[in-house]
Amino acid sequence: MNFALWFQNFATIAGLGLVAWIVIHGTRSERWQRAWSRLRQDRIGIAAGIVIAIYLGIGALEMIEMPHGKYGSISILGWLTQGVPIEKSYSAPWASTSLSLSKPEKLKGWHLLGTDALGKDTFIESLRACRTALLIGGITSAIYVPLGALFGIFAGYFRRWADDIIQYVYTVIYSIPEILLLISMLVVLGKSIFNMSLALAVTAWVSLCRLIRGETMRQTERPYIAAARALGQSHWNIIVHHLLPNVMHLVLISAVLGFSHLVLAEAMLSYLGVGSPIGTPSWGVMIDGARGELGREPLVWWNLISATCALFGLVLSLNLFGDALRRAFDPKRG
Amino acid sequence: MFSYLLRRLLYAPFIIAGVMLITFVLFFVVQSPEITAKNVLGKRANPKTVQDYLHKRGYDKPLFLGIGRKKPGQAGNGIFDTIFFNQMRSLAVFDLGVSDVSGRELKEVFREGAIPSLLLTGPAFVAGFFMAVGFALFLVFVRKSALDTGGVILCVALMSVPPMVYIIFGQAVVALALNYFPAFGYRLQSWSDARFLLLPVSLMIVISLGSDARLYRAVFLEEISQDYVRTAQAKGVSNTRLLMVHVLKNGMIALITYVVAQLPLLILGSLLVENFFGIPGLGNTLVAAIQTSDLAVIRSTTFLTAILYIVGLTVTDICYAAADPRIRLS
Repeated sequence: MNFALWFQNFATIAGLGLVAWIVIHGTRSERWQRAWSRLRQDRIGIAAGIVIAIYLGIGALEMIEMPHGKYGSISILGWLTQGVPIEKSYSAPWASTSLSLSKPEKLKGWHLLGTDALGKDTFIESLRACRTALLIGGITSAIYVPLGALFGIFAGYFRRWADDIIQYVYTVIYSIPEILLLISMLVVLGKSIFNMSLALAVTAWVSLCRLIRGETMRQTERPYIAAARALGQSHWNIIVHHLLPNVMHLVLISAVLGFSHLVLAEAMLSYLGVGSPIGTPSWGVMIDGARGELGREPLVWWNLISATCALFGLVLSLNLFGDALRRAFDPKRG
Repeated sequence: MFSYLLRRLLYAPFIIAGVMLITFVLFFVVQSPEITAKNVLGKRANPKTVQDYLHKRGYDKPLFLGIGRKKPGQAGNGIFDTIFFNQMRSLAVFDLGVSDVSGRELKEVFREGAIPSLLLTGPAFVAGFFMAVGFALFLVFVRKSALDTGGVILCVALMSVPPMVYIIFGQAVVALALNYFPAFGYRLQSWSDARFLLLPVSLMIVISLGSDARLYRAVFLEEISQDYVRTAQAKGVSNTRLLMVHVLKNGMIALITYVVAQLPLLILGSLLVENFFGIPGLGNTLVAAIQTSDLAVIRSTTFLTAILYIVGLTVTDICYAAADPRIRLS
């Protein structure tokens, strides 16, 4: 266990804590309380929220490392699944022998969803891939959400040259098709989880910033801002204590919906060969591998199906939860 | 209205300049031309070969300004004979240069790739648009019912499957297992060769259907809460006519914003679909360029599509102003 791993553990717990803090802190405001009471009646929203929490839990299990052996370390998920042996190569779900027409060998263990080319259990690999997806979504959101929200508020509140500059910057980024900008950045920066998060953050803040800018412009027309100005409040106070709480729900909704977009983008970029480095458990890498597997005889379908289902479950529940949040905060438009 | 359009048109060159700057910084500053050359020629390439490669493409000149002491062997005469100014000059006259790997003229590459790409994306775009609008109208027609909720969840579910899974599945099941379509390849000789495009086109429609239908539904719902709809209802206009004539017509104005700007991007084709089915379009060229790290192709594609997109956005603004009198007046 070295320093980096302890830091990783700390960051994981801090990240989850931050999410909890935002939710708890948010419930103090009246708008959030009303939304919460509406959300509780939304069955789809609640179900989606529970699924997301399960994914977060699995991701955290894989993220938190604990000391193992003399110098090494192992994630909690890895420790829990120590009993599952590694086979030599492919084996079908529930099978007792390996997948080979000529010389089927007896397997060392039982695998719910079979094993992949390296003999690793597909089910456990799909669970471990949670970490990559959540890590990329988390780091990217941690970069782009504060930046997008603040720039949006600045542009909408100060108008004039601040608005001109911010609008110019995001129009330029927006005019380059997203996938091309992502590919360009990743080809140049190289494959790594952090680089991918950085590249995604560069493209992701634009839509949030536009949304918040528009809403801030609408809010600044309202009398309470004029009253705050008349009372001599500083710009900083108005932004932090008046504008931010009033656009925070929009930030939350688009962060949740944006997260689903990030998870999909990770899979897509990994698939194109500019995403997760080889060897990282990632749904995109697993789907990429399935290209060759479907041409095999006998057909290897379980890697594709389990990676797709795991990815689909997370993205679908994020989308549904985001929609439920929007309905809860804005019942008229939802 | 005239001053509005003039302002829009004058704004476009500034944005193009910004795009140029971003691509330049990414491809020449963040990753220096020496590294690009080594990626193409191999790590153990002869320094002489690398130098020749750089010299041939003018990459051995100074980056921004040719002032100060030169490194030994560095090319460039005068302050403005630098990579930056040469790039800007050639991009401004659409001289795209040559590929970093094959050395082919990029203009040729793009001209060849554009037609297959358009043949793929054009039909998919038109058919997909009508299907999405139809589905959205249906959802609005049955609004606030269980059918509507189910339809929206279906849209969200369609959006939540990664695009490549549709493609892998379509190829494996419909083409290989059931043998309805050719699984791979592209030919352009007679009408019967359309069967090569049928499966890719339908897959592209499925990929975009979910998000499009959901977006259009939101647009139509926004429209249906307007006062003129209530007036029409009070006058006794039937629900069908209300949707098909009143809401559809006014909703289309809002749809213009989403659709027209996308039109020029059709030329880019689809990275995944083309690569999978072996259609020799621009998307396929781009995937090949990523694999061989051919930065010149990636750079010029980025630049070209950005320009096309800006043109699309400007045309959108003009269409919008033409269709909506409220914009013209303000």
